[in-house]
Amino acid sequence: MNIVVAIKHIPSIADDLPVKGNNVDFDSVDFVLNEWDEHSIEQAVLIKEAVGGTVTVIGVDLIGELDNALHLALAKGADKVVKITADDPAADSHMQAKWLSEAIKGMGADMVFAGVQASNDLDGQIGPMIAAYLDMPYIGGVSSIEANGDSATVNKEFAGGAGAKYSVHMPFVAGVQSAPKPPRYAPVSKVRQMAQSATVEKVAPSGDASSGLAFKKMAPPVVTGHAEMIEGSSKEVAAKIVELLKSKGLA
Amino acid sequence: MSNDILVITEHMDGKFSDVSFEMVGKAKELASALGGQAVAVVVGGGVSSNVFASDSTIHVDDAALSNFNPEAYGKVIEALVKEKSPKVVMFGWTVTGMDIAAWLSARTGAPLAAYAKDVRVEGGGIVVSSQAYGGKLMADVAPEGDMAIVACLAGSFPVEAGQGSTAATTMASPVDAGSLKVKFVEAIKPAGGDVDITAQAKLVSIGRGIGGKENVELAEELAKALGATVSASRPVVDAGWLPRTRQVGKSGLKVKPKLYLMLGISGAPEHLEGMKSAELIIAVNTDKKAPIFNVAHYGATADLFEVAEAMLELL
Ligand SMILES: Cc1cc2nc3c(=O)[nH]c(=O)nc-3n(C[C@H](O)[C@H](O)[C@H](O)COP(=O)(O)OP(=O)(O)OC[C@H]3O[C@@H](n4cnc5c(N)ncnc54)[C@H](O)[C@@H]3O)c2cc1C
Ligand SMILES: Cc1cc2nc3c(=O)[nH]c(=O)nc-3n(C[C@H](O)[C@H](O)[C@H](O)COP(=O)(O)OP(=O)(O)OC[C@H]3O[C@@H](n4cnc5c(N)ncnc54)[C@H](O)[C@@H]3O)c2cc1C
Repeated sequence: MNIVVAIKHIPSIADDLPVKGNNVDFDSVDFVLNEWDEHSIEQAVLIKEAVGGTVTVIGVDLIGELDNALHLALAKGADKVVKITADDPAADSHMQAKWLSEAIKGMGADMVFAGVQASNDLDGQIGPMIAAYLDMPYIGGVSSIEANGDSATVNKEFAGGAGAKYSVHMPFVAGVQSAPKPPRYAPVSKVRQMAQSATVEKVAPSGDASSGLAFKKMAPPVVTGHAEMIEGSSKEVAAKIVELLKSKGLA
Repeated sequence: MSNDILVITEHMDGKFSDVSFEMVGKAKELASALGGQAVAVVVGGGVSSNVFASDSTIHVDDAALSNFNPEAYGKVIEALVKEKSPKVVMFGWTVTGMDIAAWLSARTGAPLAAYAKDVRVEGGGIVVSSQAYGGKLMADVAPEGDMAIVACLAGSFPVEAGQGSTAATTMASPVDAGSLKVKFVEAIKPAGGDVDITAQAKLVSIGRGIGGKENVELAEELAKALGATVSASRPVVDAGWLPRTRQVGKSGLKVKPKLYLMLGISGAPEHLEGMKSAELIIAVNTDKKAPIFNVAHYGATADLFEVAEAMLELL
């Protein structure tokens, strides 16, 4: 089974997110691995463990710092890592999807996984776009995948535990919402070992696509409401919450 | 090219979701400003489609489409879009709309503005206000070209404006079901046996800030002292700290309790979709800029463990 996992490096939303011009000031934020990518790596490794195969993790290197994420992927069980050397933090999802699909095209993938969404995908998710560019079917919101021969049994979530089971003929692209098991932990020592021994294959970006969105403005939301803030030490906060609940007959 | 707005509606178990009506209402407003028609599109069987206030409704009614299938629905919608060449195609940014909107954008080259909270007409074109970075930023974007795809967050527009009784025109599916690579096998029903969080008057809801499974007990104790039940954000459930039945949000359950006490939840749009109509929302979070403080009624910038322990002493 030949599985390709597309990962994405995005500005951490734990940060303050300063705005410069019409977009985030990419020089002053930390880039992190998109959280759903941890799940798609885990799902790929689970399939490899079940039926054998190769897991290739590929990402677009937007700021020249993707290696850390790729080493982490190797420590979690990926066999091969590839980076598209773009060095353009503002590349939109369409552009990244195009580059990824051009690079994936020659890999003979049976399945391509992408995280279901990233917090900065204003022009849509990478997964369905890769599928469109590769002319493969796409199924997103996926919570488990089992490979059997040339097709896979794929569970898609709707809401509140409801969902549906599909049989999908390979090759296809899946947007992974969560792996059937929490993503495994890779010890720092193993990541460090990968950093020393592994080779990261480099591919130049190829192809062109654009979101077609003209940014007029980006700014913190105009806040129509704000919580009434309860000030004081944790003890004082607790006392005020309890008092509030009692006054409303809720405690 | 027309100035029409196509609204891709969604239904489950014979019932349309609210976001379908919300979009139809918005589409009418946009269509009248652009001089076009608001066209509701219903894909799939087993549903009565004469429920929208649209100018017209197209129902692609085919037994092979009775269950959601991203490949089949995508192809049906692509064929319709090519035939009608509308100005705007609206999707819900939901677990099903998300499968198709970006795919259609890449297939047609039409720009997609996702996470839309507002759409308006400016100078003959549309401008979309979208939420970015988990709700921490808003972006105003203008799609270029003849056609735009807009994927709307549920709850952004009023439901009533889209409700009506326009008679639908039925058409057969243009897609050959036999050629599909994705096949629906069976529905998965939610696991029973746990408490129903949608029926609880009080919820103590925990997020990733709870830090680990070993700390869930503290929330359980606090909930017990308040006569409440523990619910959670998605990461808590994905980590296996609580069962899926406790998840609130877009891919979880929609709750409307009298009290929603939030400990260590940031307030991502997908979480808000499930709880924003709770009667009393109190949020405790160490990040004073957490988006949840724009939605909660009361908030405190404080450590959840200290607050929970201090509350337990007082209850
Ligand atoms: C064109 C189209 C056709 C579709 N047809 C089908 C179909 O035939 N069959 C199908 O299963 N899905 C279908 N869907 C999917 C479905 O309509 C929703 O998109 C899906 O339920 C996800 O909803 P959501 O998370 O966006 O929440 P929303 O759309 O906001 O919520 C859907 C509604 O379901 C309720 N709900 C959620 N979970 C539960 C639960 N566990 N028990 C009871 N009520 C619940 C919510 O309260 C809400 O009212 C279709 C989607 C599209 C786009
Ligand atoms: C298709 C799709 C569907 C989704 N459906 C859902 C859904 O149904 N429900 C859902 O919840 N999410 C859903 N998500 C995920 C959503 O986007 C967010 O990732 C998620 O809601 C974040 O959960 P959180 O607030 O617990 O975690 P985070 O965003 O990581 O926030 C943790 C918060 O805890 C605070 N904190 C940390 N330590 C402490 C402390 N000691 N005391 C107080 N505060 C502390 C931090 O400041 C932070 O604000 C969905 C995503 C996708 C793509």
